[in-house]
Amino acid sequence: MGVGQEDHAVVSEISPNWVTTKLDYLINLARTKSLWPMPFGTACCAIEFMATAASRYDLARFGMERMSFSPRQADVLICAGRLPFKLAPVIRRIWDQMPQPKWAISMGACASSGGIFDNYAMVQGIDTIIPVDVYVPGCPPRPEGLLYGILMLHKKITGESLADPGLRQEFTLREDGLFLAPERVDELGEPFGNSVHQTRSG
Amino acid sequence: MTTESPSVPALKEALGSAILRAAVVCGDTIVYLARDRAHDVLAWLKDTPDQSFDYLTDITAVEYRDLERPLEVVYQLRSLERRADLRLKIELDPQGDLRVDSVYDLWRGADWLEREVFDMFGVTFTGHPDLRRILMWESYAEGHPLRKDFPLRGHFSRAEQVRRALSLQPEEHYSPEELELVARRLRKDDTGRVPSHRGGRA
Repeated sequence: MGVGQEDHAVVSEISPNWVTTKLDYLINLARTKSLWPMPFGTACCAIEFMATAASRYDLARFGMERMSFSPRQADVLICAGRLPFKLAPVIRRIWDQMPQPKWAISMGACASSGGIFDNYAMVQGIDTIIPVDVYVPGCPPRPEGLLYGILMLHKKITGESLADPGLRQEFTLREDGLFLAPERVDELGEPFGNSVHQTRSG
Repeated sequence: MTTESPSVPALKEALGSAILRAAVVCGDTIVYLARDRAHDVLAWLKDTPDQSFDYLTDITAVEYRDLERPLEVVYQLRSLERRADLRLKIELDPQGDLRVDSVYDLWRGADWLEREVFDMFGVTFTGHPDLRRILMWESYAEGHPLRKDFPLRGHFSRAEQVRRALSLQPEEHYSPEELELVARRLRKDDTGRVPSHRGGRA
C-alpha cells in the first residue's frame, strides 16, 4: 500500500513493529465497525436487545444491523437472557461453530450470574460454559446499557494485536467435559445476595 | 356464585362410592375421587349427555408444605357446550405409590399434561402411551423438581450439573428421524379426526 523499498528500509531501522501496529489499527477498525451479532435471546433481555436493534437506539450506527442467525457468519455472541441447563450444550455448540475472531457478550444478570434463578434448572453464569468478554449488568439492562457494553467491546477489540499469540486461542472443553475446573464452577454457583436466605437449598 | 355444581348430585347418584366428598371453594366446586375409580368418573362426565365435559382444561398436581396433607392430582374440566366448569382431585400419599390411570383415551390433550405432572411430581399415569419427561431432559437424574423433598438447587453439585448438561447430545433425543417416527405413529393411531397432509381421507 504505497510503501516503497526505501520506506521499508527506514521502517526496519526505526521500529520493527511499525507495520504490524498499523495493520492492527486497520484490521481492528474494520472489525469494530462491522460486528455481526449472533443473538441468543432466551428471555426479557431479548426484548431489550430487540429495542436496541430497532430505530430509536439503532444498532446499525455501529455496523451491527445484520443479525447473523447462523453462527458460522457471526462475530459476537450476545446471550440475552437466562440459560437453563437444557440449553447449555446448545450455546456451547453455537460458540464452537462460530469462526475466529469471535467475542461474547453476557447480557443481563441471569446470563452473567444466574440472577434470581438460583435453582435446579439454571446455569449460574454463562462463563461456566463459554468465555465471556463483556458482562452487561441489569435486569434487564436498558438499551443504553447494552450499547455501552458493545462500545466496551469495541474498545477491547481496538486494543487487540495480531502479534499476540494467545489472541485467537480456542477455549475448548476440558478432558472432564467441563469448561472451567469443577471447583471454580462450584464457587461461581455459590448463593449470594438474597439467595443465601432461601431455606430450601437443602 | 357459591352454589355447588349440579354435576355433584348427579355424580353421587350415578357413581356413589367413587365420590369421596365435594366442596365449594371460592365459588368453584371441587370433587374428590377415589383413585381406583377416577377413570370411570371422568369417562362418565365426558360421555353422559347431561354433563358433556368435552374439554380437558388442565391436569396438574399439588403437594403441600404440610407433610400430613396428601398430594393431589387435579383435573380441570370444562363443557364447551354448557359453559360449565368442574374441578376434580385425586388424593395420593406423597410417600406411597403415586399411580393413577391415564385419561389419554378420553382426551388426547392429556398427553403432554400427564407427561408434565410425571416430570415434575413423579406421578405415574398407567396406560399413557409415551410417559417421558417433557420439561427436563430425558437423562435428567436428579428426581422430580416440584416435590417438596427436592432441594431447590437440585441434588448434584453445580459442577456436576454443568458437566452433565454439557455432555448432553440434544440431537440424540430430537433427531428428524425420531420426530418423523412419532408423527407417523400418531397418524396411524388416530381415528381419522386429524386430516392427513395429503388431503385425502383414510
